[in-house]
Amino acid sequence: MTSEFAFPPGLIMILGAMLIPLLGGRSRMLLLLGLPLLTLAAVWGLPADASLKLGFLDYTLEPVRSSVEGRLFATIFAIMAFAGGLYAHRQASTTELTAAFVYAGSAIGVTFAGDLLTLFVFWEIMALGSTVVVWSAGTQSAYRAGLRYLLVHLLGGVVLMVGIVAHVIDTGSLEFTAMQPDSFGNWLILIGFLVNAGAPPLSAWIADAYPEASPSGTVFLSAFTTKTAVFALLVGFPGADVLVPIGLYMVFYGIIYALLENDMRRILAYSIVNQVGFMVAAVGIGTEMALNGAAAHAFAHIIYKALLLMSAGSVLLMTGKRKCTDLGGLFQSMPVTAINGIIGALAISAFPFTSGFVTKSLETQAAANEGMLLVWLLLLAASAGVFLHAGIKFPWFVFFQKDSGLRPPDPPAGMRYAMWLFSFFCIAIGLYPDPLYRILPYPVDYQPYTIDHLVTQFQVLLFAGFAFFVMLKQMRRTLTISLDFDWFYRKFLKEIGNEFTLRTSVARETREQQVWAGLRRLIENLYKHHGPQGMLARAWPTGSMVIWVAVLLGLSLVLYYL
Amino acid sequence: MNTPADKSNHSPDKDAGKHWLYRSENLPKLWVIQIVILVLAVLPDFFLHHHPHFEQSGFTLDGSFGFYAWYGFLACAGMVALAKILGIFLKRKDTYYDE
Repeated sequence: MTSEFAFPPGLIMILGAMLIPLLGGRSRMLLLLGLPLLTLAAVWGLPADASLKLGFLDYTLEPVRSSVEGRLFATIFAIMAFAGGLYAHRQASTTELTAAFVYAGSAIGVTFAGDLLTLFVFWEIMALGSTVVVWSAGTQSAYRAGLRYLLVHLLGGVVLMVGIVAHVIDTGSLEFTAMQPDSFGNWLILIGFLVNAGAPPLSAWIADAYPEASPSGTVFLSAFTTKTAVFALLVGFPGADVLVPIGLYMVFYGIIYALLENDMRRILAYSIVNQVGFMVAAVGIGTEMALNGAAAHAFAHIIYKALLLMSAGSVLLMTGKRKCTDLGGLFQSMPVTAINGIIGALAISAFPFTSGFVTKSLETQAAANEGMLLVWLLLLAASAGVFLHAGIKFPWFVFFQKDSGLRPPDPPAGMRYAMWLFSFFCIAIGLYPDPLYRILPYPVDYQPYTIDHLVTQFQVLLFAGFAFFVMLKQMRRTLTISLDFDWFYRKFLKEIGNEFTLRTSVARETREQQVWAGLRRLIENLYKHHGPQGMLARAWPTGSMVIWVAVLLGLSLVLYYL
Repeated sequence: MNTPADKSNHSPDKDAGKHWLYRSENLPKLWVIQIVILVLAVLPDFFLHHHPHFEQSGFTLDGSFGFYAWYGFLACAGMVALAKILGIFLKRKDTYYDE
């Protein structure tokens, strides 16, 4: 334990975000770019064994714990906040920027959490921050989607908290360390993490909520929640076998739903599930190479997915349209957006000389090294599928296909700079993977650039592209959405709720009628007996009075004689 | 990359003033370019033997000629077909959830 005070790097952005509403114009721009840089400096300035421990009741909290994994994820989160700030500065609302920076800061807080309680606190701040980011789009649909999003994450948070409590009762320790899903508590913790990763059955929240945010809001959202979950799985459950099938399911779920989708940002949201599926499966494989692969892939993925969503966000901002059926031919008037979108698309497809090529291949190679033939074959098919559903589909339907006649210009400078920056990273990491390899959790003994790898990758991707154009007719965009698990809480439960309301209101009506009828009968009876004509309300004649008095007197006479 | 335009949207008389990519007379050229690229991609397989990943378990298909090419193509064709079939059951009008 070190005695020096280690400042939690995540707090720089969380606290700094409070200044955003106070500043405007240039000084706000400086703040948006300065906070992530300051965070980056704090992350790398922290000694490798830094730790901050606090006593709490009978437990020890560790709000700051240096780890190689944490540093890697914190680094990319800070870089993401930098580019996101640059992209969002001009058109995002103050609420959105503030919430986004709190959100990013709490994600960094998670990466330095040494105990489960600290992790939980930052986890929940993330849920709140991201919900506000969704809401700040200001539309009715964003409000509703944000509410659904919040409910899913609060549910995940409750499951996580119950798991943490059970885990602490079992082990007596709050420490956040590698676990196995072998007890009730650990299972719940795993489920809590998986909810945020977009695992089945709740995967739908990603494609439901993210595309409802503003153009820049979606860029922020794509980066933090799911990748923090990957980090938590990487540290908490490396080698948990159950993650392999879950990851593979996510991979294909993402592809199939993205193929069916018409909304460009929803295509990219489904593709987040697909990509996180690769990482989850790699964490499940659990070898050093696989874990390196998951970490490196997360790093590269944040960059190219943000780049793709920046490109899509620019299109949305400049055209006001988000459906593939309304778009097309935009490369003619938005060349910068198109080029950057294509670079992001090539990177996500793991095209040689891009960041995807040097990171995702670690995962597939790890599956091969473990002799997992089926997993390897499925991951290879999925790699082809990534090119199909995101690599070609997104740029093709947005920038090419038919000429929609739209001729919007490229977006303002800040947004273009942010895209160029991330395009640069996509290619730089692809060409010089060594700096990234050096900051991975384990030593890397892998050479991505072999003739064999290059040739096979080109074959897979180019023939996947060929399949796309051969089957283009089958992929005609339609004005549809696809049913998902969210149908249960958006339609089924709602219908049940409506039915319940209907039936209970009928039942209530009948009860009410019965009560009224009873009351009416009571009143009628009272009226009958006590009303003006009622027996008990009549004026009594004097004669009957005299008779009754005579009867009483007679009776008392009789009694007297007895 | 190769970008053949969607045939159905074009007739020759409307092509004037259109971008090169959208003129229907260029469509065959784009397909030829694509086929050439594909052939170039498979060409190295004549000179180079891929190292199979699973020799110890007796699976050597991934070392055979053109494996990555046909596997990539079939995987994608399969996924498009699967999406098409699932779409029959899953697709709804995009106003489905609207109030």
